[in-house]
Amino acid sequence: MVELALPKNSRITTGKTWPRPLNATNVRTFKIYRWDPDTGENPRLDTYFVNMDECGPMVLDALIKIKNEIDPTLTFRRSCREGICGSCAMNIGGINTLACIYGLDEVKGDVAIYPLPHMPVVKDLIPDLTHFYAQHASIMPWLETKTNRPAKEWRQSIEDRKKLDGLYECVMCASCSTSCPSYWWNGDRYLGPAALLHAYRWIIDSRDEATGERLDQLEDPFKLYRCHTIMNCTKTCPKGLNPAKSIAEIKKMMIERRV
Amino acid sequence: MADVNRGNRPLSPHLTIYKPQWTSMTSIVTRITGNALIVAGLMIVWWFVALASGPEAFATANGFITSWFGDLVMFLSLWAIWYHLLAGLRHLYWDTGRGLEIETAEKLGKAVVAGSLVLTVLSALAL
Repeated sequence: MVELALPKNSRITTGKTWPRPLNATNVRTFKIYRWDPDTGENPRLDTYFVNMDECGPMVLDALIKIKNEIDPTLTFRRSCREGICGSCAMNIGGINTLACIYGLDEVKGDVAIYPLPHMPVVKDLIPDLTHFYAQHASIMPWLETKTNRPAKEWRQSIEDRKKLDGLYECVMCASCSTSCPSYWWNGDRYLGPAALLHAYRWIIDSRDEATGERLDQLEDPFKLYRCHTIMNCTKTCPKGLNPAKSIAEIKKMMIERRV
Repeated sequence: MADVNRGNRPLSPHLTIYKPQWTSMTSIVTRITGNALIVAGLMIVWWFVALASGPEAFATANGFITSWFGDLVMFLSLWAIWYHLLAGLRHLYWDTGRGLEIETAEKLGKAVVAGSLVLTVLSALAL
């Protein structure tokens, strides 16, 4: 359901302002969402100052610098630092993206960093993605076949393989789904752009033999049809993919198989 | 590891922190104009019902609808109709699987906004 205001325990309070670096001229302000499960207090927005002359170019560089030099309690996920693991997805400057491949020069003014929107927060910038992953699992993200297993491998023509380009690159960072207002209000039943892009990836795989079952499973007022082509998903995808188009293609297939 | 704090986890902020996008804003305005037009439609029904019920009822309804406030509502409804119509056409185009690249979708959104304003002025002058 549409709930515009945050629940009482989620309202953000003014947080701490951490000390400025000494003898630095090129300083940038970071406003970062903090929540500590151990204190029982509401989330707060802390202010940090980073010396940009001694900081790498990406948002993740600044976060790591803050954690190393200013506040070791700042908590966030990160791993590959090159946009392939999808761990450091967060809301930076009002849009969802991967901190490791988002340049600090792409943000104007103070850098505001929040966890992915409308998600339960585990700590600071770490959202609970359990439900998101469960939705991904529900679309059967694997090759379903009925015919006998071939002696060597399931073969595919070059043209059919090309259909998977722009789909298989998804790293499941959840930026798209958590940018979608429809997913915010109906995320319990609407699968969201990420899971639907993956559903489409298997629906159009020439080797998959469960296309009908896959479409049957999505034929539901919520799972698929809560997409209203708002397109925040495509706009925000850090990998430049187009979940909105995948969803439109699934909707088209739903109609085509009825006529 | 035990999931100790499940249950009291706060919800991360959403609407208030997410940057408005051309596509998201044109989408929500489609919905707002659609709902506002229901109200405007009911107002016109009230006008007709009043007309059928007698001169006194009609005088009240007509007085309201032709007042400056009624004029304002009607003028905004004119824009809402054009906007909603053009946005609806954009949705039909999207339903064919086309126009879904961000650059195209944003251009279409801007065209819907500009087109609705131009058509509103033109039709207001014609009326």
